[in-house]
Amino acid sequence: MSRRYDSRTTIFSPEGRLYQVEYALEAISHAGTALGILAQDGIVLAAERKVTSKLLEQDTSAEKLYILNDNMICAVAGMTADANILINYARQAAQRYLITYNEDIPCEQLVRRLCDLKQGYTQHGGLRPFGVSFIYAGYDPQRQFQLYQSNPSGNYGGWKATSVGANNASAQSLLKQDYKEECDLKEACGLAVKVLSKTMDSTKLSSEKIEFATVGRTETGKVYHHLWGADEIDALLREHGLAKAQDAEETTESAMGNAGYAENRTET
Amino acid sequence: MILKNFQAHGPSPAQADRRALRQLPSASTSYQTTTQLHHRIYSLVHPIYTHQTAEVLLGITGKDFTIIAASKAAMRGATILKATDDKTRELNQHNLMAFSGEAGDTSISQNTSKPTSASTQCATRPPSPAAVSSFVRSELSRALRSRRPYTVNLLLGGYDTITDTPALYWIDYLAALAKVPYAAHGYAQYYCLSILDKHHHPDIGFERGMELLRMCTDELKRRLPVDFKGVTVKVVTKEGIREVEYVDDKPVKSA
Repeated sequence: MSRRYDSRTTIFSPEGRLYQVEYALEAISHAGTALGILAQDGIVLAAERKVTSKLLEQDTSAEKLYILNDNMICAVAGMTADANILINYARQAAQRYLITYNEDIPCEQLVRRLCDLKQGYTQHGGLRPFGVSFIYAGYDPQRQFQLYQSNPSGNYGGWKATSVGANNASAQSLLKQDYKEECDLKEACGLAVKVLSKTMDSTKLSSEKIEFATVGRTETGKVYHHLWGADEIDALLREHGLAKAQDAEETTESAMGNAGYAENRTET
Repeated sequence: MILKNFQAHGPSPAQADRRALRQLPSASTSYQTTTQLHHRIYSLVHPIYTHQTAEVLLGITGKDFTIIAASKAAMRGATILKATDDKTRELNQHNLMAFSGEAGDTSISQNTSKPTSASTQCATRPPSPAAVSSFVRSELSRALRSRRPYTVNLLLGGYDTITDTPALYWIDYLAALAKVPYAAHGYAQYYCLSILDKHHHPDIGFERGMELLRMCTDELKRRLPVDFKGVTVKVVTKEGIREVEYVDDKPVKSA
């Protein structure tokens, strides 16, 4: 039955559904979880990195968290290749805005630009929609810290805490339970690893399996974004007792880093 | 003096100068002496020659306001065509542009008002004065490098509702942009900037701002050889843009 209506993105089924868009959403729900939490003084994004093979080069670069602009980062769930196209588009749009207006693009405007592009693929062209959902974290002077989520249909919305990808329903309900409106960035980081540890398959986490990033403001009021390094993530996991049991020799090493909070880093 | 003026542009002349230079017939044919050549260059590139007009644009900022005044005379050469011209345009709720220059070119105000109004950026707030000024500058500078540049000078008065500060930007037809506490365009610069330099403070109130404006317009009436038919005065504050009644018909005692 549905065969007749799901081969093209642009055709509604008799029940009024766009199957290709729904399939895209389905594709995303198999991707690693990504979540974002809005705090008073910043935003934290965290994502599960699926380790496919031991032989695969574990490069240090992020594969689920990307910097879009000086004031914005995003987490990706879905097809990384599709995401790269959109991220490139967003970065260019942000730079075009910067060159004409000499200030950072307002967060919502950038999100909207991306969503307009995504929406286009659900309506014309005979092409498939982008198979990615994003969680955006950003700051602008008008609305301060903002957290957005968008999906392949081109819908977007502002959130206090949200998640996409595998198990996002359970992540969402955990967030709903434990989110406190007046939490600070540190507490939000704690909540993020807690939720991730419960939604991920393995009980013990490590820096190989998750990615972590924060947006905040320095004491001088400058917006910073920080993609956490492996040692910073491990330190955070230890702090919350979620780290994998260390080998004896490793624990004796005192050269273990600090969590990637702003106060632990030298200002750049 | 003429030579000095030309050299002031330095070893790498601005774009406009280069354009003007290209228009020169080759030196060997028309210009026998370097002095002649310099005269020609001077006449083409010097801003006073090209775009100094008797149209008056004034801007004064204070503690919580920006005053913009623009002469009411629409002029073509030495002729006054209209005595009730409004050389200002509201770009959005907190941004006011005043323009003078080539009659048709003042359409820049139309071309820039749409992208800077609230409706086109409805995802968020209307852009701040700083953003608007950068946008206008980029439009001008793009046009400057095209076949048909705008020959307009602009003042942008605004109020930044986020930082709660007034703002004034001076932009000329060469797309130079400067944030200033007070500004003037045209011949009015020569008479008004010295007055404002002496009396202006960043924290003056609105009343004092209007007093300064009165000093300026009086001086212009006294000394500017052209009757500019008085000024329209508009103020940008936190509340938005409003026109101010400006009694302008009293005779001024000559100095």
